[in-house]
Amino acid sequence: MTPEEIQQVLAGKFGESVGALQPAKQDPWVLVKPAAIAEVCAFLKTDPRTRMDSLMNLTAVDWPKRNQIDVIYHLFSYAHRHVFILKVQLDRAAPAVPTVEGVWKAADWLEREQFDLLGVEFTGHPDLRRIMLPDDWVGHPLRKDYQEGADYHHISTTRESPLDGFVRLDELKKRAAAKSAEAAAAQAAPAHAPAPAKKEMPS
Amino acid sequence: MTEARRAPETPTMEMTSNKEVLRRIEYTGDMLLNMGPQHPSTHGVINFLVQTDGEVMKRAIPEVGYLHRSLEKIGEKVTYNGYMPYTDRVDYITAMCANQGYAMAVERLLAVTVPKRAEYCRTIATELNRISSHLVSLGTMAMDVGAVTPFPYALREREFINDLLEELCGARLTYNYLRIGGVAYDLPEGYAEKLVTFLDHFEKILPEFNRLITYNEIFVQRLAGLAPISPEMAIDYCLVGPNLRASGVKFDVRKDIPYSIYPEVQFEVPVGRGEVGVTGDSWDRFWVRCEEMRQSCRILRQCVAQIPKGEVMAKMPRKIKMTEGLEAYSRIESSRGDMQYYVVAGAGENAYRVKVRTGSFTAMGIIDVLSRGLMIADLVALIASLDVVAPEIDR
Repeated sequence: MTPEEIQQVLAGKFGESVGALQPAKQDPWVLVKPAAIAEVCAFLKTDPRTRMDSLMNLTAVDWPKRNQIDVIYHLFSYAHRHVFILKVQLDRAAPAVPTVEGVWKAADWLEREQFDLLGVEFTGHPDLRRIMLPDDWVGHPLRKDYQEGADYHHISTTRESPLDGFVRLDELKKRAAAKSAEAAAAQAAPAHAPAPAKKEMPS
Repeated sequence: MTEARRAPETPTMEMTSNKEVLRRIEYTGDMLLNMGPQHPSTHGVINFLVQTDGEVMKRAIPEVGYLHRSLEKIGEKVTYNGYMPYTDRVDYITAMCANQGYAMAVERLLAVTVPKRAEYCRTIATELNRISSHLVSLGTMAMDVGAVTPFPYALREREFINDLLEELCGARLTYNYLRIGGVAYDLPEGYAEKLVTFLDHFEKILPEFNRLITYNEIFVQRLAGLAPISPEMAIDYCLVGPNLRASGVKFDVRKDIPYSIYPEVQFEVPVGRGEVGVTGDSWDRFWVRCEEMRQSCRILRQCVAQIPKGEVMAKMPRKIKMTEGLEAYSRIESSRGDMQYYVVAGAGENAYRVKVRTGSFTAMGIIDVLSRGLMIADLVALIASLDVVAPEIDR
């Protein structure tokens, strides 16, 4: 089925919960009300016309400008070989959406990942805990306003750039020439003159 | 026929944090083993919390994230072209495929058509890389279940491929060969002959490899019927690639959602048949990879014969800029299966969001369920048969 046909099937079944097909440049998608997402997904999976038996990908994108977080579901049907994309838009202050773990088991880890990195809460998820980062990590790194802490358990999260000590070769040659010139001047000068200050060589 | 070794379902526990997991296991009085993170047979830095009562596991809970390098965040910070070397690090065993997925996603955003010759160069590079990746996977799997001999044999062949790829792009592991809009270098002089010489040599090695290990009686006994995955379960858990095909689902992105020049070449998609045990068991996953190497050789021969003359880079702007909010995803068949990039364009020269869905990540999610009732030694075989690569899980 084409995305248009799937959207019509969904609109007939769920009415206002399912938005119109958005003609994106590449992949059209459909906006779904957050409260209805689990039912829509379950319907898409079980209905013989759509048979979306696989959740390929689950992504969340942070949009501070619009004050919302999008969750994007890429669905695929191995039975019919067609693709469909759902989106839900959540409030950025408290993003929460019902889990689809009961529909596809693959959602278990995919949702955990988005919870970890973007802080989207998937209500009803049986095992919602961090997956990539440690349990006591503060913040969600893929949020656009994320500020990394200065240290984690007294381990610094920043380090000096290893390039800071490097100097161009001709600069080094210039310094060496200046140094030898100074040494020659010191030899020519009377012995009681103060020695020139030692220049530190870059490591 | 060997009977399937699988445990009855046990109720899942509700958990809130890793500490809670540990506490609950301790409470049951079972033994708790930490397998990893530094363990030779976990294929990288992964930890398994093994809850066990004697030799039989109750469950093994995978703990990932030790190799998380925040590659998706880096994708938002660097330019489109600048991200290409980072995609090598997503999956360093098959860096070419990881390159291609990202290149294709951005090309879809820009609506660029890649020149034919570049597509052929890409296919030659990725198929060579697929063979070398499968060689590592098969060699280490044999080693994990106790057969050390096949591993150096497999790596010996991989060296030839590394040499070929080095000649192509100058690197042996993280290639950074593909570009958005084409490839970095054309095939060097006399490359086709060298490739054919290698294929002549390698196609004779494959039956030898099968005699040595695939149909070896001890190896078959060890893996037949071990941890079978039904097709429905494989699809439900979003297993992809060879793992999915071993379960009997005939699906290959190259064949079913064709991209690049795959419609122009002939090849078969091998699926698991339960030849020695149950369909979808660990041996099937091994065998499917062996067959895929043979098919890759077929594709390579056709590529060498069909490659046209011409440019290897499309006309590209010096700086790639797009309007904010455009989005595209790409699917390619990596050696670990259906790999997907989802790229949202940003306002400037950087992407707004890059998401990589890799085959290893979803494959790890199934281990918890499959491990219930297996022996601890079988867990090693199971992990190896799923061919997970730790950096690809964590990204």
